[in-house]
Amino acid sequence: MTRVWDVIITGAGIVGAACARECASRGLRTAVVDAAGVGGGATAAGMGHIVVMDDSPAQIALTRYSQELWRELSAELPTEAEFESRGTLWVAADEEEMLEVRRKQRVYASAGVATEILDGRALAQAEPQLRKGLAGALLVPSDAVLYPPAAAAFLMREAIRMGAVMIGSQRVVSAGREHVRLENGRELTAKHIVNACGAAATDLLPELPIRKRRGHLVITDRYPGFVRHQLVELGYLKSAHSIAGDSAAFNVQPRQTGQLLIGSSREFGAEDTTINHSLLRAMVRRAQSYLPGIGNLQAIRVWTGFRAATPDKLPLIGPWPGDASLCLATGHEGLGITTSLATGKLVAAEIMGEIPRIPAEPYWPARFLEGSDGVPAPTLYGQAAHG
Amino acid sequence: MSDAFDILVVGAGPAGIAAAVTAAECGLRVGVVDDNPAPGGQIWRSGAHLPAAAQRWKARFEAAPVTRLLGWRIVDCPEPGIARAQCNGAEIGRDSTTEIGRDLHYGQLILATGARERFLPFPGWTLPNVMGAGGLDAMARGGLPIAGKRVVVAGTGPLLLAVAAHLAAGGAKICAICEQASFGQMAPLMLQVLRQPGKLWQGVRYRFATKTSRYLTRCWPVAAEGDQRLQTVTLQRDGRQWQVECDYLACGFHLVPNTELAALLGCRLEKGFVVTDELMQTSAPGIWCVGEPTGIGGVELSLLEGQIAGLAAAGKTDAARKAGASRRGALGFVRALERACRLNPQLRDLVRHETIVCRCEDVPLGALLGRTGWRDAKLHTRCGMGPCQGRICGGALEFLFGWHADSVRPPVFPALVSSFLGPETLDLPKEAV
Amino acid sequence: MAEPNITLTVDEVVVRVAPGTTVAAAALMAGTQTRVSVSGEPRAPLCGMGICFECRVTINGALHQRSCQILCEPGMRVTTAEERSRR
Repeated sequence: MTRVWDVIITGAGIVGAACARECASRGLRTAVVDAAGVGGGATAAGMGHIVVMDDSPAQIALTRYSQELWRELSAELPTEAEFESRGTLWVAADEEEMLEVRRKQRVYASAGVATEILDGRALAQAEPQLRKGLAGALLVPSDAVLYPPAAAAFLMREAIRMGAVMIGSQRVVSAGREHVRLENGRELTAKHIVNACGAAATDLLPELPIRKRRGHLVITDRYPGFVRHQLVELGYLKSAHSIAGDSAAFNVQPRQTGQLLIGSSREFGAEDTTINHSLLRAMVRRAQSYLPGIGNLQAIRVWTGFRAATPDKLPLIGPWPGDASLCLATGHEGLGITTSLATGKLVAAEIMGEIPRIPAEPYWPARFLEGSDGVPAPTLYGQAAHG
Repeated sequence: MSDAFDILVVGAGPAGIAAAVTAAECGLRVGVVDDNPAPGGQIWRSGAHLPAAAQRWKARFEAAPVTRLLGWRIVDCPEPGIARAQCNGAEIGRDSTTEIGRDLHYGQLILATGARERFLPFPGWTLPNVMGAGGLDAMARGGLPIAGKRVVVAGTGPLLLAVAAHLAAGGAKICAICEQASFGQMAPLMLQVLRQPGKLWQGVRYRFATKTSRYLTRCWPVAAEGDQRLQTVTLQRDGRQWQVECDYLACGFHLVPNTELAALLGCRLEKGFVVTDELMQTSAPGIWCVGEPTGIGGVELSLLEGQIAGLAAAGKTDAARKAGASRRGALGFVRALERACRLNPQLRDLVRHETIVCRCEDVPLGALLGRTGWRDAKLHTRCGMGPCQGRICGGALEFLFGWHADSVRPPVFPALVSSFLGPETLDLPKEAV
Repeated sequence: MAEPNITLTVDEVVVRVAPGTTVAAAALMAGTQTRVSVSGEPRAPLCGMGICFECRVTINGALHQRSCQILCEPGMRVTTAEERSRR
C-alpha cells in the first residue's frame, strides 16, 4: 500500500518528535521513521536542561521562545517526564565573573527574561553544598529540567493521537527529493522531508556542516536535596563554544529522583562510546572544585553521547537549498532538548508557508552555502569538514 | 602495600584462590582482590562446615605470599594494565583506613569473578525474608540467626541441597526443598555425579543432613505472603497448590555468570559466558578468566581452571597444558548441569502485572510489556537504571522476554565520584554525606 | 560463633554481635528491614553477596552502604530505611 504523506520526518529524538507533533497538529499527514524507536540518540544521553542561552541574539531568541513553550506545555507533561522548574544558577567564582553576571542580567533583561543576582551569602543559602567563597550567581528562575526520553515519548504520543504514524523498525537509507527509502527497500513519498537525525544527519546528507561533539555524564545514587538548582559555571560558555580542543566545565543537575547528573565535557574526533578517562577526570575535578562534597557520592554509571555541532553554534532549521522538499531540523549541539519545541514550530511554519513567531533566517542551513547552486562553502572548521 | 603485581586475581572464591596460590608458588608477585571481608567467595564462604578440601585450599591461600585486598572491589579499568579498586564502606570513617581507592598495576589479569543467583519474580518476592538460596546461606554465615527458624528452600540446582544442608546444620528447620526440574530432567546430571566419587559423597552427605525434609521435584513457589515480612509461601506441584508457614524462603534459580568486568575489558562473550582457550586465556591479551564466568561447573572445575590459568599466566605453559588435559572431561558436567537446571516455561506465568520486576526502581511487569528490548525498557521505565545495573532483573528479563542486557559502562559497581579522579587518595572528612 | 562482644546501634537499638557478623545480619536482628524501596515497600537483603543493593543502610551518617559486605565494628551507628527516595 502506498500511502501519501505530507511530511516524513527522519529521526524520532526529541526534535523529530516535536516536529511531528507540530505537523500533525496542523492536519499534515505525518510519518516519523527511526529504527531505534523514540527518544534515543542524544535525547537519551544528555541532560534534560531547559535553559535560555545568551551567547548570541539568535540563540537567546530561540532558547527563550522554546523555554516559554516548555512552560506552557508543562502542565500536560506526564509525571515520568519529571519536569521541574528548578531554575539555573550561573555561578561566579570571583568578582571578575560577577561583572559577567551583571552583563548577563542585562542581556537577559533585554530579551525579556527575568533574572536575580545572588551575592555570596545568598548563594550559599540557596546551595549549601557549594564551596565557600564563591562571589555569587545569576539565578534564572524560568529555566527547568526534565527527563528527555519521557518527554520525547509524550510528544510522539501526542503526534500519533493527532494522526501521525511512527515507523519504528526500519532504518532510513536515503531521504531527499520527495522520497524516503527504507532499509527493506520500501519507498515513502512526501512533499516535505524533515531531517531530524541529530549527530547522524550526515549519514543521509554528508555535506552537512555537522560534527559529532562527544560528551560524558556521570549519574549518582539518590541524595535528595544535595543540590536544588541546575548549577552551571560561567566558564561553561567558553567550553561549549571553543571551536576546537577538549574541554570540561562544571554543570550539575538534580534529578527528581534525588540523583545528580554531573557534566559536562566536549571533545571532537571521538567516534565510539569508550570513556575518555582523562577528560572524565578533568570534568569530575571541575565539579568537585565547586561542590567539594560531590566526591563522596556514589556514582552508578558513566556514559557518553554525541551532540550534533555546527560551526556557529546555531542549529540548522529550515530549507536545504537544492532540494525543495528537504527541511533540516538538526545541529542543536547541547541545546536540543531546550529548543526542540521551537524547532517544531519553525519547521511546521516553514512547511505551511506561515510566518514563525521568531525570525527563522538565522537558523537557515543556507547560511553555510555560497551561491544558489548549492555548492557548500568551506566550513569554519577548515580541512576537517565532516565527522 | 604494593600496588604493582605480576598477576592480579579478581575474586577469592575457589577459582581465584587456586589461581593466586598457583601463580604465587611459581614465584610471581600476586595480588588478589575480593569484595567480601574474607576469602572463599560464595561456596566456600566462612561460617561453618567447610569441606576438607576447602579448608586445605584456604590454608594454602593464607600461607601463600600474596597481597590480599579483601573488602575491595574493582570498579573500572581506566587503562590497560590498571585496575581501579575501591574499598567497601570507605565513607563510613572507620578507624582501620581512610583510604578509599587505589589503582592496581598488573602484568596479567585473572578474572575469577564467580556467579550470582538468577531470580525470577513472583507475587511477594520482594518481602523481607525472601532471599536467594545462596543469599540466605550467605546471610547465615554472616551471623543471621537461623537456629529454630523454618525455611523453605526452592528454585533449581545442586545449590539447593547444599544450602539446605548448611542451614540444617545450623539448626534451621527445612520445611521443604523444592526443585523446579523433574527427576527425569535431572537424571543425566545424577549419572554424572555418580561418576565422580567426591561429588557423589558430598551429595549423599547433603541429603543425609536434610533427610527429615521433603525433597520435591516439579515444585516451585507461586507466591510469598506476609505483612511487612514473609509469613507463608504458596507452593505448587503438578497443578496442586498448598501453603507453608515459614520464616525464610531461600529461593534461587541456578546461577548467572558475573561477566561485567570481562565485558568492560573487551573480552569476547558467547551465550553470556566468557570465551577462553584451553589455557583459560580470553580474547583480550593478558587477561584470563576462570571458574563460573566461563561456564557454570562447580568447585572442582573452578579449582582446576584456576590452577591452569595460574600456571599459564606464570609462563609455565607445559604444566598448564598438562593440567588442562583433565579439564576437557570435566566440561561434560557443565553441560549436564545446564540441562538439568533448564527452567520450566510455566515459571514465566508466575509474575503478575503488578509484580515488581526491577527492584531498584520498582518497575512492575505491566510497565515492561510492549517494550521492544532492554534498552527501550531502560529509557522508558527506568528498569535496570538502579545501582544493581540490571544484575538482579537481567536474568529474569532474559527468561521472560529473551532480552539481553545493555552494554557495560564503568563503574562496574557503584563507586565514589572521587574514584574517577584517579589514584589521588583523598582524606575523607569523618562526617560523611 | 564466638562471644557477642561487639556493640553497635541499629535505629538507636543496642545490638550485640560476635566478631565476623555483617551489618546486614545485625540490622535484621534488630528489625525487619534494611531499606525502603522507591515506592515505599520495606526491603531486606536478597542476594547476600553485594549485588542486589537491598541491604543498603546508613552507617555513621554515610548513605547507601552495602551492609552484607561490611563487618560490624564497635560503636557503629546504623540507620535503616533512610533512603528518603521518592518516585
